[in-house]
Amino acid sequence: MPNALGPGRGERSDWQLLWRLLSYLRPYPWQAAGGLAAVTANAVLQLAPPYLTKVIVDEHVAAGRLEGLGDIALLYLITLTAAALLEAAQTSILQLTAQRVMFDFRVQVYRHLHRLDIAFFDRNPVGRLMTRVTSDVDVLNDLFTSGVHAIFFDLFTLAGIVFILVSLDWRLALAAFAVVPLMGLITRWFRRNIRESFRDVRAWVARLNASLQENIGGIATVQLFRREAINQRRFRALDAGHRDANLRGMFYYAVFYPAIEIVATISTAAILWYGGVLVMAEDLTLGGLVAFLLYSQRFFRPVADISEKLNGVQAAIAAAERIFGLLDTQAEIRQVGARATGVERGRAGTSIVFEHVSFAYDGSGDVLKDVSFEVRPGERVGIVGATGSGKSTVINLLLRFYDVGRGRILVDGRDIRGMPLPELRSRFALVQQDVQLFSGTIASNLTMGSGAISPESVERAVAAVGAGRFVSALPGGTGAAVAERGATFSTGQKQLLSFARALAFNREVLLLDEATSSVEGETELAILVALRAVMAGRTTIAIAHRLATVQDMDRILVLHKGELREAGTHDELLAHDGIYAKLWALQCHSTANPNPIPGGRPGS
Amino acid sequence: MGSIRRLLPYLRRYRRAYAIGLLSVVVTATLALLAPRVLQYAVDDLGRSITHHKLTFYAALLVGLSLVGGVARFLMRRVVIGASRHIEAEVRDDFFAHLTRLPLAYFRTRRTGDLMARAMGDLESVRLMIGISVIDAANTAVVFVVALALMLSIDAGLTVVALAPLPAVSLAVRWFGKAIHARFQLVQAQLSEVASLTQEGLSSVRLVRAYGQEDAQVERFTEATRRYFARNRSLIRLQAAFYATMTFSLGAGALLVLWLGSARVVRGELTLGEFVALTAYQAMLGVPMVAIGSLTNTIQRGIASWKRMLEVFDEPEAEALPGAGRERRARVPLHWKADAPRGGLVVEIRNLTFSYGPGLPPVLRDVSFRAAPGQTVALVGATGSGKSTLLHLLPRLLEPPPGTVFVDGVDVRGLPLEILRRQIGFVPQEPFLFAETLAGNIAFAPAAGEDEGRGSGEREAPPSVELLSGGFDLRGTGTFHLGPLGTDAVRRAAAIARLEPVVETLPRGYETPLEERGLNLSGGQRQRTALARALVLDPPLLVLDDALSAVDTKTEAEILEGLRAGAAVRTTLVAASRLSSVRDASLILFLDEGRIVERGTHEELVALGGQYAGLYRRQLLRESLEVG
Ligand SMILES: Nc1ncnc2c1ncn2[C@@H]1O[C@H](COP(=O)(O)OP(=O)(O)O)[C@@H](O)[C@H]1O
Ligand SMILES: Nc1ncnc2c1ncn2[C@@H]1O[C@H](COP(=O)(O)OP(=O)(O)O)[C@@H](O)[C@H]1O
Ligand SMILES: [Mg+2]
Ligand SMILES: [Mg+2]
Repeated sequence: MPNALGPGRGERSDWQLLWRLLSYLRPYPWQAAGGLAAVTANAVLQLAPPYLTKVIVDEHVAAGRLEGLGDIALLYLITLTAAALLEAAQTSILQLTAQRVMFDFRVQVYRHLHRLDIAFFDRNPVGRLMTRVTSDVDVLNDLFTSGVHAIFFDLFTLAGIVFILVSLDWRLALAAFAVVPLMGLITRWFRRNIRESFRDVRAWVARLNASLQENIGGIATVQLFRREAINQRRFRALDAGHRDANLRGMFYYAVFYPAIEIVATISTAAILWYGGVLVMAEDLTLGGLVAFLLYSQRFFRPVADISEKLNGVQAAIAAAERIFGLLDTQAEIRQVGARATGVERGRAGTSIVFEHVSFAYDGSGDVLKDVSFEVRPGERVGIVGATGSGKSTVINLLLRFYDVGRGRILVDGRDIRGMPLPELRSRFALVQQDVQLFSGTIASNLTMGSGAISPESVERAVAAVGAGRFVSALPGGTGAAVAERGATFSTGQKQLLSFARALAFNREVLLLDEATSSVEGETELAILVALRAVMAGRTTIAIAHRLATVQDMDRILVLHKGELREAGTHDELLAHDGIYAKLWALQCHSTANPNPIPGGRPGS
Repeated sequence: MGSIRRLLPYLRRYRRAYAIGLLSVVVTATLALLAPRVLQYAVDDLGRSITHHKLTFYAALLVGLSLVGGVARFLMRRVVIGASRHIEAEVRDDFFAHLTRLPLAYFRTRRTGDLMARAMGDLESVRLMIGISVIDAANTAVVFVVALALMLSIDAGLTVVALAPLPAVSLAVRWFGKAIHARFQLVQAQLSEVASLTQEGLSSVRLVRAYGQEDAQVERFTEATRRYFARNRSLIRLQAAFYATMTFSLGAGALLVLWLGSARVVRGELTLGEFVALTAYQAMLGVPMVAIGSLTNTIQRGIASWKRMLEVFDEPEAEALPGAGRERRARVPLHWKADAPRGGLVVEIRNLTFSYGPGLPPVLRDVSFRAAPGQTVALVGATGSGKSTLLHLLPRLLEPPPGTVFVDGVDVRGLPLEILRRQIGFVPQEPFLFAETLAGNIAFAPAAGEDEGRGSGEREAPPSVELLSGGFDLRGTGTFHLGPLGTDAVRRAAAIARLEPVVETLPRGYETPLEERGLNLSGGQRQRTALARALVLDPPLLVLDDALSAVDTKTEAEILEGLRAGAAVRTTLVAASRLSSVRDASLILFLDEGRIVERGTHEELVALGGQYAGLYRRQLLRESLEVG
């Protein structure tokens, strides 16, 4: 599956991923440096209290001298204040930087999603994609707040202490480091397993999200068909999967951290034993051993620290795999530059040509088969055909949601594959059968955030489609609040609004995909009359199964199982006596001899 | 803390795990205090006299202690955090179950992304509060008590001095805690907004593309994310100030001990050794005290998030709405039993006036009619005249006022939802399909008695501790196969809904998985699937809410023909925007702004010469004029 979304396992090494993650700090060099400086200064300052305590004990208390104590206490107070301020600085610099990086990630991922192919969205449920923008990014927080800087600092300390240990006594140092390979093994075991479980966890989170989204969106159906119990059970299964993936990760982590501590103690015991032997053989002074023991303890503190952080780093890498996997998915339909030579856009409107177009959605047979037709500028063309005959697919191809399999589509004489996408799409206004409304206001739904549309044209559009009556009844008129998916409107009202949207955008070509299916005949007629006035001279493609909707179009195309079987005016098609004529007869039959709805009359 | 009390039932089920975890914390902390002692004795012995034997013993003791400590540490994390994971899953299960039982009206005003954020992100904050921070809190408490006891045994006076910053600390915890709580709530609310925008934007990606408004979408998202950042910034600054305050107050305590203590040593009231020990313990005290800062942070975030979840939990479920099902728990009519032969239902609407909310104008006004078995009642009227609203009242997707909607003589408000809804096959105006197989979408409803209902509140017993430390069982890889309503019924329903030609074109027939919302089907195919989903139940009451609006004429005629057989016995309610499809109905109700303005059969209404007749004439005119 070229477009499916998965964590590209094993393709990238950890270091590459980590490096790529860190590159997101590049816009914030000062913050990154500042954070590191604050961490370092804070760590150095941590040494001050013990040192000052030692001075107080050695020079004052032991000596019984109280004068000068005040000065040292003052010094202590000063370092204390500095430590507090540094603490504040460290917290805010690191966390704010992390938030900035996460902001960048979110916006980048979201923007990228809006560039990906429509086919990509066919395959990936929205709920799943949401996790890429929300919780996958959240996981990165730990890496940038505590992970990177602390590990950097710990590595630094580690190097220093290794140097000191070796120079103190290389034989003891060897004894101390004897456990390092063991640690390496444990770490490798941990890293491999925890990564796997973090991957699992991310995948389960995505599944949970998808399930939540689907069930909330379809709640009415769930309730109507009494699916609460079954869906709850399924959700519980997903939740258990998520929980167990987490528990597995927990297990590795719960083993790993104590294991590292135990290994560190083994090393201490080894130093004690071997050092003790050396002391007994008078090869080493007792003081030397004690000093070495103290320093070796310091060696293991950063090691333990790093292993603590490793968890967060692994989680971040697992999330990064998924995020980068998405960011590296390229759209196949891209905004290519000028490949085409061609006619400039004429004043008379847009012409559309389908040349031997065939197309199949992923995995199924051809939905369109060798379809050819032309729509001249300003022409109004209707497309009719049974459901599933490929009518909507024609529009999907014209808008280049998908690329044709064979053949080509020309708009104003240019192959649309050679046209920048914005230029292509800026010609069309689309009204679909499934209306999509956003939470916001009526006005914001009509403009969809485009600043180019004035409030007046919004009002005009609303009035033109006959939605004025119900909109003005709402509190605030076009400023009235709209719920998510327009949940407080009737279906027909939503269709009116989506018509108004098409008018507000004032485009050259109007694409209507069963756009009046949910409004009753009167309203439909009113809309069509309004449209005729507004769209005079513009190209229109209207899909409808109600033949009355399209019968006065300049031309009617009849699709049958993906093939273009008939084309012509209403009268021509009737005369042709083919599929269209049969459909028409059927419709007239149902008009003349009304018997469509079952059910006996009370009296009969 | 009323809200925390609501969490206790979950915690109580895992009290054994928590007890073991706390015990492990005590062991871990104690061992951490012991290990340095061993090293100290070993070194002391080395200075005097030592044998290989003794040396080996000390080394072995060190390793032994750390092994015990390691086990305790393992248990501590595994058991407590494990319990928090189990509780997380239980809370989320309950949250989900509650969501499925909330009235539909609730979802009209709520945003999907917001509810999702509460179920995922907020629950995560709650989990941190009952997991890792329990360990931290216990650890803090243990070390605090031990260090305090040790200090007291040396010098009570100085111990009090060492504790001098405590009031300041507790004030800071209070004040900052409250502020963090408030700001975190704002942060989470904004995160909900971000999630909602993401959800909406990605759900309408096709529309956004068509109009080329990607940039506007991204801009809107960026704006919300920026606000999220800004709210986080204010939270982080607060946190920074809080941590600094804690560092300072605790350091001040250490300084006081140093200063006053050294004076006492000089005055001879304290030995040098005692003084050194005291400062060492004071340092010990400092570590867990600093943890109080992050602990407060985690807990306040957890509580804030828990309250956001409680807001949803506190919404009354549909069955428990005031008055619903309570005033008169009706007798369920006998012949509704699943095994009894199913006839139609008598539907009666009496003087129904309905509005969507207290301040809103009524959408239905004084509506009355009756539909008997074998009858078809059609609702026609302009867009927004209230047809869908009326139909939604029957299965109680909307709650009707008492005494207005009756089936078989029983007020629907007195009927348990699953029993009522089992009688009704509802085909909504905007069909919603699920990402399952086609067959799974048709056999969507559970068969009678099978896993039916709105979900029980009961749960299996809490897993044993052994399971907690294992946790390798792979439940949850559930296979979702065909529903209980066998394939025959599916085929029959699909045949009536004229889905068979569609099935033939699908790569795997009935077993073809549909994409999200069934988007790989065309609009008419989706409507027919929704119709089959209702028909497969062979319901006594069939409700078609403009259910064939996207189906082509030929197919529609075939479907109506197929429906005729069943319609003789069942009751059918139809809303239609096309007059052509309702002419044969037993009763046609013409709705105008929620009022029935005309009623009768097609012929009666045409003869009446009112609104219906006008509409019909115009439509007829339009269709036939252009034929000729
Ligand atoms: N995104 C998709 N993925 C796979 N198949 C699809 C997709 N969209 C539509 N189809 C299939 O393509 C065929 C034509 O669909 P469509 O063009 O929507 O028909 P209609 O003529 O009703 O508008 C149908 O059989 C449908 O199942
Ligand atoms: N959830 C809701 N909240 C408020 N008003 C609503 C809600 N749902 C529908 N309405 C309003 O009620 C009226 C009737 O809607 P509906 O019953 O869907 O009409 P239709 O006859 O087209 O099916 C419309 O004006 C609509 O805006
Ligand atoms: Mg279509
Ligand atoms: Mg409706």
